[in-house]
Amino acid sequence: MADTQHLKDLVTQVRRDIVRQVHAVSSGHPGGSLGCTEFLVTLYNEVMDHDPSFNMDGVNEDLFFLSNGHISPVFYSVLARSGYFPVEELGTFRKLNSRLQGHPTTHEDLPGVRIASGSLGQGMSVAIGAAAVKKLNGDTKTVFTLHGDGELQEGQIWEAAMYAAANDVDNLISTIDVNGQQIDGSTDQVLALGDLRGKFEAFGWRVVTVTKGNDVDAVLAGIKEALTLTGKKQPVCILLHTEMGNGIDFMMGSHAWHGIAPNDEQLAEALRQNPETLGDY
Amino acid sequence: MKIYKNTGSKDTRSGFGDGLTELGQKNENVVALCADLTGSLKMNAFANNNPERFFQVGIAEANMMGMAAGMTIGGKIPFTGTFANFSTGRVYDQIRQSIAYSDKNVKICASHSGLTLGEDGATHQILEDIGLMKMLPGMTVINTCDYNQTKAATLAIADHHGPVYLRFGRPKVANFTPENGEFKIGKAVLLQEGTDVTIIATGHLVWEALEAAKTLNEKGISAEVINIHTIKPLDEEAIIKSVKKTGCVVTAEEHNFLGGLGESVARTLSLNHPTPQEFVATNDTFGESGTPAQLLEKYGLNAENIALKAEAVIKRK
Repeated sequence: MADTQHLKDLVTQVRRDIVRQVHAVSSGHPGGSLGCTEFLVTLYNEVMDHDPSFNMDGVNEDLFFLSNGHISPVFYSVLARSGYFPVEELGTFRKLNSRLQGHPTTHEDLPGVRIASGSLGQGMSVAIGAAAVKKLNGDTKTVFTLHGDGELQEGQIWEAAMYAAANDVDNLISTIDVNGQQIDGSTDQVLALGDLRGKFEAFGWRVVTVTKGNDVDAVLAGIKEALTLTGKKQPVCILLHTEMGNGIDFMMGSHAWHGIAPNDEQLAEALRQNPETLGDY
Repeated sequence: MKIYKNTGSKDTRSGFGDGLTELGQKNENVVALCADLTGSLKMNAFANNNPERFFQVGIAEANMMGMAAGMTIGGKIPFTGTFANFSTGRVYDQIRQSIAYSDKNVKICASHSGLTLGEDGATHQILEDIGLMKMLPGMTVINTCDYNQTKAATLAIADHHGPVYLRFGRPKVANFTPENGEFKIGKAVLLQEGTDVTIIATGHLVWEALEAAKTLNEKGISAEVINIHTIKPLDEEAIIKSVKKTGCVVTAEEHNFLGGLGESVARTLSLNHPTPQEFVATNDTFGESGTPAQLLEKYGLNAENIALKAEAVIKRK
Protein backbone atom coordinates (compact mmCIF):
# COMPACT_ATOMS: atom_id res chain seq x y z
CA MET A 1 0.00 0.00 0.00
CA ALA A 2 1.21 3.47 -0.86
CA ASP A 3 2.44 5.66 1.98
CA THR A 4 -0.34 8.09 2.76
CA GLN A 5 1.21 9.88 5.73
CA HIS A 6 1.37 13.14 3.75
CA LEU A 7 -2.40 12.90 3.21
CA LYS A 8 -2.98 12.28 6.91
CA ASP A 9 -0.89 15.31 7.80
CA LEU A 10 -2.85 17.39 5.35
CA VAL A 11 -6.14 16.09 6.78
CA THR A 12 -5.13 17.30 10.23
CA GLN A 13 -4.19 20.71 8.90
CA VAL A 14 -7.44 21.01 6.92
CA ARG A 15 -9.41 20.20 10.09
CA ARG A 16 -7.64 23.09 11.81
CA ASP A 17 -8.51 25.35 8.85
CA ILE A 18 -12.16 24.31 9.05
CA VAL A 19 -12.67 25.08 12.72
CA ARG A 20 -10.61 28.26 12.57
CA GLN A 21 -12.64 29.56 9.61
CA VAL A 22 -16.01 28.99 11.23
CA HIS A 23 -14.83 30.16 14.66
CA ALA A 24 -13.58 33.47 13.24
CA VAL A 25 -17.02 34.45 11.99
CA SER A 26 -19.11 32.40 14.41
CA SER A 27 -20.92 30.83 11.49
CA GLY A 28 -20.55 28.10 8.92
CA HIS A 29 -20.84 24.33 8.78
CA PRO A 30 -18.06 22.40 10.52
CA GLY A 31 -19.77 19.02 10.98
CA GLY A 32 -20.16 17.91 7.37
CA SER A 33 -16.88 19.60 6.45
CA LEU A 34 -14.95 17.51 8.97
CA GLY A 35 -16.70 14.35 7.80
CA CYS A 36 -15.62 14.90 4.20
CA THR A 37 -12.04 16.02 4.88
CA GLU A 38 -10.37 12.69 4.12
CA PHE A 39 -12.35 12.37 0.90
CA LEU A 40 -11.55 15.82 -0.48
CA VAL A 41 -7.91 15.72 0.58
CA THR A 42 -7.48 12.35 -1.11
CA LEU A 43 -9.38 13.37 -4.24
CA TYR A 44 -7.43 16.57 -4.84
CA ASN A 45 -4.01 15.28 -3.84
CA GLU A 46 -3.94 11.67 -4.91
CA VAL A 47 -6.60 11.15 -7.56
CA MET A 48 -7.53 14.10 -9.72
CA ASP A 49 -5.46 15.42 -12.59
CA HIS A 50 -6.09 19.12 -12.16
CA ASP A 51 -4.42 22.45 -12.74
CA PRO A 52 -4.44 25.00 -9.88
CA SER A 53 -3.72 27.81 -12.35
CA PHE A 54 -7.42 27.29 -13.07
CA ASN A 55 -9.22 27.56 -16.34
CA MET A 56 -13.00 27.43 -16.11
CA ASP A 57 -13.34 25.05 -19.07
CA GLY A 58 -11.02 22.49 -17.48
CA VAL A 59 -10.33 20.72 -20.76
CA ASN A 60 -8.25 17.56 -20.27
CA GLU A 61 -8.56 17.91 -16.51
CA ASP A 62 -10.60 15.93 -14.03
CA LEU A 63 -13.38 18.14 -12.66
CA PHE A 64 -15.01 18.26 -9.24
CA PHE A 65 -18.40 19.76 -8.38
CA LEU A 66 -19.41 20.29 -4.77
CA SER A 67 -23.18 19.92 -4.69
CA ASN A 68 -23.63 20.25 -0.91
CA GLY A 69 -22.15 23.73 -0.90
CA HIS A 70 -22.55 24.30 2.82
CA ILE A 71 -19.38 22.31 3.47
CA SER A 72 -17.48 25.21 1.92
CA PRO A 73 -14.91 25.36 4.77
CA VAL A 74 -13.36 22.04 3.76
CA PHE A 75 -13.63 22.85 0.05
CA TYR A 76 -11.90 26.21 0.47
CA SER A 77 -9.16 24.74 2.64
CA VAL A 78 -8.43 21.92 0.19
CA LEU A 79 -8.45 24.32 -2.78
CA ALA A 80 -6.11 26.76 -1.03
CA ARG A 81 -3.75 24.03 0.07
CA SER A 82 -3.77 22.66 -3.49
CA GLY A 83 -2.51 26.03 -4.75
CA TYR A 84 -5.69 27.55 -6.20
CA PHE A 85 -5.42 30.67 -4.02
CA PRO A 86 -3.31 31.81 -1.05
CA VAL A 87 -4.09 30.02 2.22
CA GLU A 88 -4.14 33.41 3.96
CA GLU A 89 -7.38 34.10 2.10
CA LEU A 90 -9.09 31.49 4.31
CA GLY A 91 -9.11 34.27 6.91
CA THR A 92 -11.71 36.14 4.83
CA PHE A 93 -14.25 33.28 4.95
CA ARG A 94 -17.82 34.65 5.15
CA LYS A 95 -16.61 38.20 5.65
CA LEU A 96 -17.79 41.22 3.69
CA ASN A 97 -16.15 41.61 0.24
CA SER A 98 -14.63 38.13 0.39
CA ARG A 99 -14.29 35.68 -2.50
CA LEU A 100 -14.98 32.97 0.09
CA GLN A 101 -18.73 33.37 0.32
CA GLY A 102 -20.76 31.36 2.81
CA HIS A 103 -21.54 28.96 0.00
CA PRO A 104 -19.19 28.55 -2.98
CA THR A 105 -19.76 30.72 -6.01
CA THR A 106 -18.16 31.55 -9.32
CA HIS A 107 -19.53 35.06 -8.96
CA GLU A 108 -16.45 36.37 -7.14
CA ASP A 109 -14.02 34.59 -9.49
CA LEU A 110 -12.56 32.33 -6.83
CA PRO A 111 -10.21 29.91 -8.62
CA GLY A 112 -11.27 26.28 -8.31
CA VAL A 113 -15.01 26.87 -8.16
CA ARG A 114 -16.94 26.10 -11.35
CA ILE A 115 -20.54 26.40 -10.15
CA ALA A 116 -22.43 28.03 -7.32
CA SER A 117 -23.93 25.57 -4.86
CA GLY A 118 -25.85 25.83 -1.64
CA SER A 119 -29.40 25.34 -2.76
CA LEU A 120 -29.25 21.56 -2.77
CA GLY A 121 -29.73 18.94 -5.44
CA GLN A 122 -28.26 20.74 -8.44
CA GLY A 123 -24.65 19.57 -8.69
CA MET A 124 -25.24 16.18 -10.26
CA SER A 125 -27.09 17.77 -13.19
CA VAL A 126 -24.27 20.26 -13.69
CA ALA A 127 -21.71 17.46 -13.60
CA ILE A 128 -23.65 15.45 -16.18
CA GLY A 129 -23.62 18.46 -18.49
CA ALA A 130 -19.87 18.88 -18.03
CA ALA A 131 -19.34 15.12 -18.53
CA ALA A 132 -21.36 15.16 -21.75
CA VAL A 133 -19.26 18.02 -23.08
CA LYS A 134 -16.06 16.16 -22.21
CA LYS A 135 -17.25 13.39 -24.51
CA LEU A 136 -18.13 15.88 -27.26
CA ASN A 137 -14.66 17.38 -26.92
CA GLY A 138 -12.90 14.01 -26.99
CA ASP A 139 -11.71 14.65 -23.44
CA THR A 140 -11.26 11.37 -21.55
CA LYS A 141 -11.00 12.82 -18.04
CA THR A 142 -13.46 12.13 -15.23
CA VAL A 143 -16.04 14.32 -13.52
CA PHE A 144 -16.51 13.94 -9.76
CA THR A 145 -19.29 15.21 -7.52
CA LEU A 146 -20.01 15.19 -3.80
CA HIS A 147 -23.48 15.22 -2.27
CA GLY A 148 -24.86 15.05 1.23
CA ASP A 149 -27.10 12.09 2.03
CA GLY A 150 -29.85 14.44 3.16
CA GLU A 151 -29.50 16.13 -0.22
CA LEU A 152 -30.82 12.97 -1.84
CA GLN A 153 -34.25 14.04 -0.62
CA GLU A 154 -34.24 16.61 -3.44
CA GLY A 155 -36.10 15.35 -6.51
CA GLN A 156 -33.64 16.81 -9.01
CA ILE A 157 -31.02 14.30 -7.86
CA TRP A 158 -33.18 11.48 -9.14
CA GLU A 159 -33.95 13.25 -12.41
CA ALA A 160 -30.20 13.47 -12.89
CA ALA A 161 -29.56 9.90 -11.76
CA MET A 162 -32.13 8.62 -14.25
CA TYR A 163 -30.63 10.67 -17.08
CA ALA A 164 -27.06 9.59 -16.37
CA ALA A 165 -27.90 5.90 -16.47
CA ALA A 166 -30.17 6.15 -19.51
CA ASN A 167 -27.50 8.02 -21.46
CA ASP A 168 -24.41 6.01 -20.54
CA VAL A 169 -22.74 8.88 -18.65
CA ASP A 170 -19.81 6.68 -17.61
CA ASN A 171 -17.24 9.42 -17.00
CA LEU A 172 -19.00 10.50 -13.82
CA ILE A 173 -18.31 9.44 -10.23
CA SER A 174 -20.82 10.83 -7.74
CA THR A 175 -19.99 10.40 -4.09
CA ILE A 176 -22.63 10.48 -1.40
CA ASP A 177 -21.52 11.52 2.07
CA VAL A 178 -23.53 9.02 4.09
CA ASN A 179 -23.29 10.45 7.59
CA GLY A 180 -26.91 9.80 8.48
CA GLN A 181 -27.44 13.33 9.78
CA GLN A 182 -29.21 16.45 8.60
CA ILE A 183 -30.28 19.72 10.18
CA ASP A 184 -33.38 18.50 11.99
CA GLY A 185 -31.89 15.22 13.18
CA SER A 186 -30.90 11.87 11.76
CA THR A 187 -31.89 11.09 8.19
CA ASP A 188 -33.96 8.21 9.56
CA GLN A 189 -35.94 10.62 11.71
CA VAL A 190 -36.37 13.32 9.10
CA LEU A 191 -37.01 11.36 5.90
CA ALA A 192 -35.54 7.88 5.80
CA LEU A 193 -33.38 7.28 2.73
CA GLY A 194 -33.94 3.54 2.67
CA ASP A 195 -31.62 1.28 0.75
CA LEU A 196 -29.30 3.68 -1.06
CA ARG A 197 -27.31 0.97 -2.80
CA GLY A 198 -30.53 -0.61 -4.00
CA LYS A 199 -31.87 2.72 -5.17
CA PHE A 200 -28.79 3.65 -7.20
CA GLU A 201 -28.46 0.15 -8.63
CA ALA A 202 -32.12 0.18 -9.61
CA PHE A 203 -31.49 3.46 -11.42
CA GLY A 204 -28.70 1.75 -13.37
CA TRP A 205 -25.60 2.91 -11.51
CA ARG A 206 -22.56 0.97 -10.38
CA VAL A 207 -22.13 1.38 -6.63
CA VAL A 208 -18.99 1.24 -4.49
CA THR A 209 -19.40 1.31 -0.72
CA VAL A 210 -16.66 2.74 1.47
CA THR A 211 -17.48 1.84 5.05
CA LYS A 212 -14.50 3.71 6.51
CA GLY A 213 -15.00 7.08 4.88
CA ASN A 214 -12.71 8.81 7.39
CA ASP A 215 -9.73 6.57 6.67
CA VAL A 216 -7.62 7.94 3.82
CA ASP A 217 -6.41 4.49 2.80
CA ALA A 218 -9.97 3.19 2.58
CA VAL A 219 -11.10 6.33 0.75
CA LEU A 220 -8.27 6.06 -1.76
CA ALA A 221 -9.01 2.39 -2.37
CA GLY A 222 -12.70 3.19 -2.87
CA ILE A 223 -12.08 5.95 -5.38
CA LYS A 224 -9.61 3.75 -7.26
CA GLU A 225 -12.19 0.97 -7.40
CA ALA A 226 -14.77 3.46 -8.68
CA LEU A 227 -12.35 4.59 -11.39
CA THR A 228 -12.04 1.01 -12.63
CA LEU A 229 -15.82 1.03 -13.17
CA THR A 230 -15.84 4.15 -15.38
CA GLY A 231 -16.02 3.86 -19.14
CA LYS A 232 -18.40 0.93 -18.96
CA LYS A 233 -21.68 2.59 -20.06
CA GLN A 234 -22.83 3.22 -16.50
CA PRO A 235 -22.42 6.10 -14.05
CA VAL A 236 -20.64 5.28 -10.80
CA CYS A 237 -21.67 6.11 -7.25
CA ILE A 238 -19.57 5.90 -4.09
CA LEU A 239 -21.51 5.53 -0.85
CA LEU A 240 -19.00 7.07 1.53
CA HIS A 241 -19.88 6.31 5.14
CA THR A 242 -18.51 9.10 7.32
CA GLU A 243 -18.84 10.50 10.79
CA MET A 244 -20.07 14.07 10.97
CA GLY A 245 -17.58 16.17 12.94
CA ASN A 246 -14.84 13.56 12.55
CA GLY A 247 -11.53 14.28 14.25
CA ILE A 248 -12.95 16.45 17.02
CA ASP A 249 -14.43 14.23 19.72
CA PHE A 250 -17.15 16.55 20.99
CA MET A 251 -18.45 17.21 17.47
CA MET A 252 -18.71 13.56 16.44
CA GLY A 253 -21.81 11.42 16.21
CA SER A 254 -24.44 14.13 16.24
CA HIS A 255 -26.19 16.53 13.90
CA ALA A 256 -25.71 19.30 16.49
CA TRP A 257 -22.60 20.67 14.75
CA HIS A 258 -24.15 20.83 11.29
CA GLY A 259 -24.24 24.61 11.24
CA ILE A 260 -22.76 25.79 14.54
CA ALA A 261 -19.36 27.34 15.14
CA PRO A 262 -17.20 26.52 18.18
CA ASN A 263 -16.63 29.12 20.88
CA ASP A 264 -13.11 30.07 22.07
CA GLU A 265 -12.72 27.17 24.50
CA GLN A 266 -14.13 24.67 22.03
CA LEU A 267 -11.79 25.95 19.34
CA ALA A 268 -8.80 25.54 21.67
CA GLU A 269 -9.82 21.98 22.43
CA ALA A 270 -10.43 21.19 18.74
CA LEU A 271 -6.98 22.51 17.83
CA ARG A 272 -5.39 20.61 20.71
CA GLN A 273 -6.81 17.41 19.25
CA ASN A 274 -5.38 18.29 15.82
CA PRO A 275 -1.81 19.59 16.14
CA GLU A 276 -0.49 21.87 13.43
CA THR A 277 1.23 19.96 10.60
CA LEU A 278 1.75 22.15 7.53
CA GLY A 279 1.35 25.52 9.20
CA ASP A 280 -1.76 27.57 9.98
CA TYR A 281 -2.84 30.36 7.64
CA MET B 1 -47.80 56.44 -41.99
CA LYS B 2 -45.56 53.56 -42.75
CA ILE B 3 -47.46 50.58 -44.08
CA TYR B 4 -46.43 47.17 -42.73
CA LYS B 5 -47.43 44.16 -44.75
CA ASN B 6 -48.01 40.72 -43.33
CA THR B 7 -45.94 38.54 -45.61
CA GLY B 8 -47.74 35.43 -44.39
CA SER B 9 -48.66 34.50 -40.84
CA LYS B 10 -46.24 32.17 -39.09
CA ASP B 11 -45.60 31.04 -35.54
CA THR B 12 -42.71 32.63 -33.69
CA ARG B 13 -41.63 29.21 -32.40
CA SER B 14 -40.84 28.24 -35.99
CA GLY B 15 -38.58 31.28 -36.16
CA PHE B 16 -36.73 29.83 -33.19
CA GLY B 17 -36.60 26.36 -34.74
CA ASP B 18 -35.30 27.64 -38.07
CA GLY B 19 -32.77 29.88 -36.33
CA LEU B 20 -31.55 26.95 -34.27
CA THR B 21 -31.25 24.80 -37.39
CA GLU B 22 -29.06 27.48 -38.98
CA LEU B 23 -26.96 27.75 -35.84
CA GLY B 24 -26.46 24.00 -35.92
CA GLN B 25 -24.82 24.36 -39.30
CA LYS B 26 -22.69 27.40 -38.61
CA ASN B 27 -21.66 27.15 -34.97
CA GLU B 28 -20.33 23.80 -33.77
CA ASN B 29 -20.38 24.96 -30.15
CA VAL B 30 -24.16 25.25 -30.10
CA VAL B 31 -25.83 22.36 -28.28
CA ALA B 32 -29.54 21.98 -27.59
CA LEU B 33 -31.51 20.36 -24.81
CA CYS B 34 -35.22 19.63 -24.81
CA ALA B 35 -37.63 18.30 -22.18
CA ASP B 36 -39.94 16.12 -24.28
CA LEU B 37 -41.31 18.94 -26.44
CA THR B 38 -39.09 18.71 -29.50
CA GLY B 39 -41.97 19.04 -31.95
CA SER B 40 -43.66 21.87 -30.09
CA LEU B 41 -40.39 23.82 -29.96
CA LYS B 42 -39.60 23.04 -33.62
CA MET B 43 -36.25 21.56 -32.63
CA ASN B 44 -36.57 18.43 -34.78
CA ALA B 45 -34.35 19.65 -37.59
CA PHE B 46 -31.51 20.54 -35.22
CA ALA B 47 -31.91 17.18 -33.48
CA ASN B 48 -31.86 15.26 -36.76
CA ASN B 49 -28.94 17.22 -38.23
CA ASN B 50 -26.82 17.18 -35.07
CA PRO B 51 -27.76 14.09 -33.04
CA GLU B 52 -24.54 14.23 -31.03
CA ARG B 53 -25.26 17.83 -30.02
CA PHE B 54 -28.93 17.31 -29.14
CA PHE B 55 -29.86 16.16 -25.63
CA GLN B 56 -33.33 14.78 -24.98
CA VAL B 57 -33.67 15.00 -21.20
CA GLY B 58 -37.24 13.78 -20.79
CA ILE B 59 -39.79 15.48 -18.57
CA ALA B 60 -37.14 16.73 -16.17
CA GLU B 61 -36.70 20.46 -16.57
CA ALA B 62 -34.67 20.97 -13.38
CA ASN B 63 -32.08 18.49 -14.58
CA MET B 64 -32.12 20.15 -18.00
CA MET B 65 -31.23 23.55 -16.56
CA GLY B 66 -28.44 22.10 -14.44
CA MET B 67 -27.06 20.15 -17.37
CA ALA B 68 -27.15 23.26 -19.54
CA ALA B 69 -25.14 25.14 -16.92
CA GLY B 70 -22.59 22.31 -16.83
CA MET B 71 -22.31 22.22 -20.62
CA THR B 72 -20.93 25.75 -20.69
CA ILE B 73 -17.89 24.31 -18.88
CA GLY B 74 -15.86 23.13 -21.84
CA GLY B 75 -17.05 25.90 -24.12
CA LYS B 76 -20.47 24.89 -25.43
CA ILE B 77 -23.41 27.26 -25.90
CA PRO B 78 -26.49 25.41 -24.65
CA PHE B 79 -30.01 26.28 -25.85
CA THR B 80 -32.78 24.81 -23.69
CA GLY B 81 -36.24 24.34 -25.10
CA THR B 82 -39.57 23.87 -23.36
CA PHE B 83 -42.76 25.85 -22.70
CA ALA B 84 -42.33 29.23 -20.99
CA ASN B 85 -43.97 28.00 -17.80
CA PHE B 86 -41.58 25.07 -17.50
CA SER B 87 -38.65 27.27 -18.57
CA THR B 88 -39.08 29.68 -15.68
CA GLY B 89 -41.45 29.09 -12.78
CA ARG B 90 -40.82 25.37 -12.57
CA VAL B 91 -37.04 25.78 -12.53
CA TYR B 92 -36.51 29.21 -11.04
CA ASP B 93 -34.02 28.13 -8.42
CA GLN B 94 -32.00 26.07 -10.88
CA ILE B 95 -31.77 29.07 -13.19
CA ARG B 96 -31.03 31.40 -10.31
CA GLN B 97 -28.18 29.44 -8.75
CA SER B 98 -26.68 27.28 -11.50
CA ILE B 99 -27.10 29.70 -14.43
CA ALA B 100 -27.58 33.35 -13.40
CA TYR B 101 -25.52 33.47 -10.19
CA SER B 102 -22.96 31.15 -11.76
CA ASP B 103 -22.65 33.45 -14.81
CA LYS B 104 -23.27 30.62 -17.28
CA ASN B 105 -23.73 31.22 -20.99
CA VAL B 106 -27.08 29.43 -21.30
CA LYS B 107 -29.89 30.42 -23.68
CA ILE B 108 -33.28 29.62 -22.16
CA CYS B 109 -35.69 29.42 -25.08
CA ALA B 110 -39.35 29.46 -24.12
CA SER B 111 -42.31 28.79 -26.36
CA HIS B 112 -46.07 28.90 -25.65
CA SER B 113 -45.73 32.00 -23.50
CA GLY B 114 -48.71 34.11 -22.54
CA LEU B 115 -52.39 33.43 -23.15
CA THR B 116 -52.08 32.52 -26.82
CA LEU B 117 -51.15 28.91 -26.34
CA GLY B 118 -54.91 28.76 -25.98
CA GLU B 119 -56.99 25.77 -25.07
CA ASP B 120 -54.55 24.11 -22.63
CA GLY B 121 -55.52 26.80 -20.13
CA ALA B 122 -53.91 28.45 -17.15
CA THR B 123 -51.62 25.60 -16.04
CA HIS B 124 -49.64 26.15 -19.23
CA GLN B 125 -50.20 29.89 -19.85
CA ILE B 126 -47.56 31.74 -17.89
CA LEU B 127 -48.11 35.48 -17.55
CA GLU B 128 -45.39 36.02 -14.94
CA ASP B 129 -42.26 34.86 -16.74
CA ILE B 130 -40.93 38.24 -17.88
CA GLY B 131 -41.06 39.44 -14.29
CA LEU B 132 -39.42 36.31 -12.95
CA MET B 133 -36.58 36.49 -15.41
CA LYS B 134 -35.94 40.22 -15.44
CA MET B 135 -35.45 40.15 -11.68
CA LEU B 136 -32.43 37.87 -12.03
CA PRO B 137 -29.19 39.88 -12.04
CA GLY B 138 -27.35 39.56 -15.34
CA MET B 139 -30.23 37.97 -17.23
CA THR B 140 -31.06 39.34 -20.68
CA VAL B 141 -34.80 39.13 -21.42
CA ILE B 142 -36.08 39.12 -24.99
CA ASN B 143 -39.67 38.79 -26.27
CA THR B 144 -39.90 38.71 -30.05
CA CYS B 145 -42.85 39.81 -32.16
CA ASP B 146 -42.88 37.66 -35.29
CA TYR B 147 -41.23 34.79 -37.14
CA ASN B 148 -38.48 36.83 -38.77
CA GLN B 149 -37.53 38.62 -35.57
CA THR B 150 -37.52 35.41 -33.56
CA LYS B 151 -35.20 33.75 -36.05
CA ALA B 152 -32.89 36.78 -36.03
CA ALA B 153 -32.90 36.87 -32.22
CA THR B 154 -32.07 33.16 -32.01
CA LEU B 155 -29.00 33.75 -34.17
CA ALA B 156 -28.01 36.89 -32.26
CA ILE B 157 -28.10 35.41 -28.77
CA ALA B 158 -25.59 32.73 -29.74
CA ASP B 159 -23.05 35.52 -30.24
CA HIS B 160 -23.92 37.24 -26.97
CA HIS B 161 -22.01 35.98 -23.93
CA GLY B 162 -24.23 35.56 -20.88
CA PRO B 163 -27.56 34.06 -19.85
CA VAL B 164 -30.54 34.95 -22.02
CA TYR B 165 -34.27 34.32 -21.72
CA LEU B 166 -35.85 34.23 -25.18
CA ARG B 167 -39.66 34.28 -25.08
CA PHE B 168 -41.89 33.40 -28.02
CA GLY B 169 -45.19 31.67 -28.71
CA ARG B 170 -47.37 29.11 -30.36
CA PRO B 171 -49.96 30.82 -32.62
CA LYS B 172 -49.47 31.93 -36.18
CA VAL B 173 -49.18 35.71 -36.15
CA ALA B 174 -48.45 38.36 -38.76
CA ASN B 175 -44.90 38.24 -40.09
CA PHE B 176 -43.89 41.78 -40.94
CA THR B 177 -40.34 42.55 -39.83
CA PRO B 178 -37.60 42.27 -42.47
CA GLU B 179 -36.41 38.82 -43.51
CA ASN B 180 -32.84 38.25 -42.30
CA GLY B 181 -32.99 41.58 -40.50
CA GLU B 182 -30.32 42.57 -38.04
CA PHE B 183 -31.17 41.91 -34.38
CA LYS B 184 -29.47 44.20 -31.90
CA ILE B 185 -29.96 43.07 -28.31
CA GLY B 186 -31.11 45.98 -26.16
CA LYS B 187 -32.01 48.23 -29.08
CA ALA B 188 -35.59 49.41 -29.54
CA VAL B 189 -37.09 49.43 -33.03
CA LEU B 190 -39.02 52.54 -34.02
CA LEU B 191 -41.79 51.22 -36.25
CA GLN B 192 -44.04 54.22 -36.64
CA GLU B 193 -43.30 57.87 -36.03
CA GLY B 194 -45.98 59.96 -34.34
CA THR B 195 -46.52 62.97 -32.14
CA ASP B 196 -49.58 62.46 -29.91
CA VAL B 197 -48.90 59.23 -28.03
CA THR B 198 -46.17 56.61 -27.76
CA ILE B 199 -47.20 52.96 -27.92
CA ILE B 200 -44.50 50.66 -26.58
CA ALA B 201 -45.21 47.02 -27.31
CA THR B 202 -43.47 43.69 -27.06
CA GLY B 203 -44.07 40.21 -28.46
CA HIS B 204 -47.34 39.36 -30.16
CA LEU B 205 -48.80 42.74 -29.28
CA VAL B 206 -46.43 44.68 -31.54
CA TRP B 207 -48.60 43.87 -34.56
CA GLU B 208 -51.69 44.84 -32.56
CA ALA B 209 -50.00 48.15 -31.72
CA LEU B 210 -49.44 48.83 -35.42
CA GLU B 211 -53.10 48.05 -36.10
CA ALA B 212 -54.11 50.37 -33.26
CA ALA B 213 -51.97 53.15 -34.75
CA LYS B 214 -53.91 52.79 -38.02
CA THR B 215 -57.24 53.15 -36.20
CA LEU B 216 -55.96 56.14 -34.27
CA ASN B 217 -54.66 57.73 -37.46
CA GLU B 218 -58.15 57.52 -38.94
CA LYS B 219 -59.32 59.54 -35.94
CA GLY B 220 -56.62 62.12 -36.47
CA ILE B 221 -54.39 60.85 -33.67
CA SER B 222 -50.71 60.44 -34.50
CA ALA B 223 -49.26 57.44 -32.64
CA GLU B 224 -45.60 56.55 -32.39
CA VAL B 225 -45.02 52.78 -32.17
CA ILE B 226 -41.90 51.27 -30.63
CA ASN B 227 -41.10 47.58 -30.64
CA ILE B 228 -39.24 46.70 -27.46
CA HIS B 229 -37.99 43.20 -28.14
CA THR B 230 -35.42 43.42 -25.34
CA ILE B 231 -37.08 44.09 -22.01
CA LYS B 232 -33.77 43.83 -20.19
CA PRO B 233 -31.52 45.69 -20.75
CA LEU B 234 -34.17 48.25 -21.68
CA ASP B 235 -33.46 50.85 -24.35
CA GLU B 236 -34.24 53.74 -22.02
CA GLU B 237 -32.87 56.35 -24.37
CA ALA B 238 -35.33 55.46 -27.14
CA ILE B 239 -38.25 55.47 -24.71
CA ILE B 240 -37.38 58.81 -23.12
CA LYS B 241 -36.74 60.42 -26.49
CA SER B 242 -40.12 59.37 -27.82
CA VAL B 243 -42.09 60.27 -24.73
CA LYS B 244 -40.49 63.71 -24.53
CA LYS B 245 -42.06 64.28 -27.93
CA THR B 246 -45.49 62.71 -27.36
CA GLY B 247 -46.03 63.36 -23.64
CA CYS B 248 -47.85 60.11 -22.89
CA VAL B 249 -47.41 56.37 -23.28
CA VAL B 250 -49.30 53.09 -23.61
CA THR B 251 -47.41 49.87 -22.97
CA ALA B 252 -48.70 46.61 -24.43
CA GLU B 253 -47.67 43.07 -23.59
CA GLU B 254 -49.06 39.55 -23.27
CA HIS B 255 -48.10 39.39 -19.59
CA ASN B 256 -49.29 40.45 -16.18
CA PHE B 257 -48.91 44.20 -15.63
CA LEU B 258 -47.06 43.23 -12.42
CA GLY B 259 -43.48 42.57 -13.40
CA GLY B 260 -43.87 43.18 -17.10
CA LEU B 261 -42.60 45.59 -19.73
CA GLY B 262 -45.00 48.29 -18.53
CA GLU B 263 -43.44 48.42 -15.09
CA SER B 264 -39.95 48.67 -16.55
CA VAL B 265 -41.08 51.56 -18.73
CA ALA B 266 -42.82 53.23 -15.78
CA ARG B 267 -39.65 53.06 -13.71
CA THR B 268 -37.60 54.57 -16.52
CA LEU B 269 -40.06 57.39 -16.99
CA SER B 270 -40.61 58.12 -13.30
CA LEU B 271 -36.86 58.54 -12.89
CA ASN B 272 -36.28 60.53 -16.04
CA HIS B 273 -39.46 62.05 -17.41
CA PRO B 274 -42.65 61.44 -15.39
CA THR B 275 -45.42 60.80 -17.87
CA PRO B 276 -49.04 59.56 -17.89
CA GLN B 277 -49.06 55.86 -18.76
CA GLU B 278 -51.72 53.26 -19.48
CA PHE B 279 -51.12 49.53 -19.39
CA VAL B 280 -52.37 46.93 -21.84
CA ALA B 281 -51.59 43.73 -19.92
CA THR B 282 -53.40 41.13 -17.87
CA ASN B 283 -54.63 42.38 -14.53
CA ASP B 284 -53.11 40.13 -11.84
CA THR B 285 -54.97 37.07 -13.08
CA PHE B 286 -54.45 33.56 -14.39
CA GLY B 287 -55.53 32.73 -17.91
CA GLU B 288 -58.10 30.14 -19.03
CA SER B 289 -59.02 27.90 -21.95
CA GLY B 290 -60.13 29.40 -25.23
CA THR B 291 -58.85 30.16 -28.69
CA PRO B 292 -55.98 32.66 -28.83
CA ALA B 293 -58.20 35.27 -30.47
CA GLN B 294 -60.96 34.81 -27.89
CA LEU B 295 -58.47 35.10 -25.04
CA LEU B 296 -56.79 38.22 -26.39
CA GLU B 297 -60.20 39.83 -26.77
CA LYS B 298 -61.47 38.80 -23.33
CA TYR B 299 -58.33 40.04 -21.59
CA GLY B 300 -58.09 43.21 -23.67
CA LEU B 301 -54.79 42.37 -25.33
CA ASN B 302 -55.64 43.62 -28.81
CA ALA B 303 -55.53 46.59 -31.17
CA GLU B 304 -58.96 47.80 -30.11
CA ASN B 305 -57.97 48.09 -26.44
CA ILE B 306 -54.59 49.62 -27.25
CA ALA B 307 -56.40 52.35 -29.22
CA LEU B 308 -58.85 52.94 -26.37
CA LYS B 309 -56.01 53.24 -23.85
CA ALA B 310 -54.20 55.62 -26.18
CA GLU B 311 -57.19 57.92 -26.31
CA ALA B 312 -57.55 57.69 -22.54
CA VAL B 313 -53.91 58.52 -21.83
CA ILE B 314 -53.92 61.48 -24.20
CA LYS B 315 -56.71 62.98 -22.07
CA ARG B 316 -54.42 62.71 -19.00
CA LYS B 317 -51.65 64.83 -20.52
